[in-house]
Amino acid sequence: MPHINLPQEFPGIRSLFMFRPETAAPLNALVQTMLHNPHPTLSAGERELIATYVSRLNVCKYCCNIHGAIAQHHLDNNAELVRQVLANPETAPISDKLKALLKIAAKVQSGGKKVTEGDVAFARAEGATDIEIHDTVLIAAAFCMYNRYVDGLATWQPDDAALYDKMGEQRAREGYLTAPFKVNRTEEVSSGG
Amino acid sequence: MAHIELNNDLPGIRGLMAYRPELAEPLNALAETLLRDDNNTLTRGERELIGTYVSYLNDCFFCQNVHGAMAGHYLECDIQQIDAVKQDFRSAELTDKMKALLAIAYSVQKGGKQVTEEQIAEAREHGATDTEIHDTVLIAAAFCMFNRYVDGLGTWAPQDRQFYINRAPQRALEGYQSSVFK
Repeated sequence: MPHINLPQEFPGIRSLFMFRPETAAPLNALVQTMLHNPHPTLSAGERELIATYVSRLNVCKYCCNIHGAIAQHHLDNNAELVRQVLANPETAPISDKLKALLKIAAKVQSGGKKVTEGDVAFARAEGATDIEIHDTVLIAAAFCMYNRYVDGLATWQPDDAALYDKMGEQRAREGYLTAPFKVNRTEEVSSGG
Repeated sequence: MAHIELNNDLPGIRGLMAYRPELAEPLNALAETLLRDDNNTLTRGERELIGTYVSYLNDCFFCQNVHGAMAGHYLECDIQQIDAVKQDFRSAELTDKMKALLAIAYSVQKGGKQVTEEQIAEAREHGATDTEIHDTVLIAAAFCMFNRYVDGLGTWAPQDRQFYINRAPQRALEGYQSSVFK
């Protein structure tokens, strides 16, 4: 049960956005700009993979599932690729540059000061630009916020994979600024989901 | 020296914001709403204190000094008193409600799942509302982002703590969406 009185029809961060629209606006604008709006070089799928990976490291079920689903829908509906990145970025079929960026993201997750000049030099050697390094650090840092926000207030985080897939498809297509759909929780409970 | 070429010599998060203004906008809007909006039952000083404490726990020199100076400005106390709160808030002259909220912030810094029902119950016992608990969690979480952003890109920070104290009154007046360095 959530730590505070949140609307029941919305999972994860969406219940918090409904509870406090004043802070939802900048939080949503940030994720839209970081992950969905056009980027000079990183695809939306690559950026979503960074967000998903950090959410996995923070063990945030809702964020990992929803951003994994969004990443999948950006990446030709390739669920296996998302699974491989989460299992081990080193052996996943992604570019060496993205592997180096995910290494930086993992350092950020354990603390800002963990990122070394060597990590940055390695990413550069694999072709990463300054903007890519910057945005990787910010995405990783931002998910250390979103994950703590979602778990720190003990929001409802469903287990239903089909629900995340449906929500992920919507977000990949529409971005983050459109209204979420309500989830019928009576149905969810009666179907054992 | 920062890990990337920022093409400016602004300190801490301000150098990053000048480098990437598209992202600075929502980040500043978030800080403004969380820390400065007057439609809030927590005072600006109390909210800055939560941000300062989390920045201290994350060992982010720039953020704990910027926000420590802001908290000192609003709460009309000196930086030594702010330092005392950071080191041991339980012994500080704070309300029981603030102590309970700082305990929640402490847990959020470790990880969202570290917040316990007992901590929430204690905050409620001392009069904290749902919105105050919400804002405490979000402020603490947001500083886990700001701190990582500032340190993760190796930004520089003025070492003289008086620098931050001198700038606090102007920042308090103008808010987070303008640059005091322009």
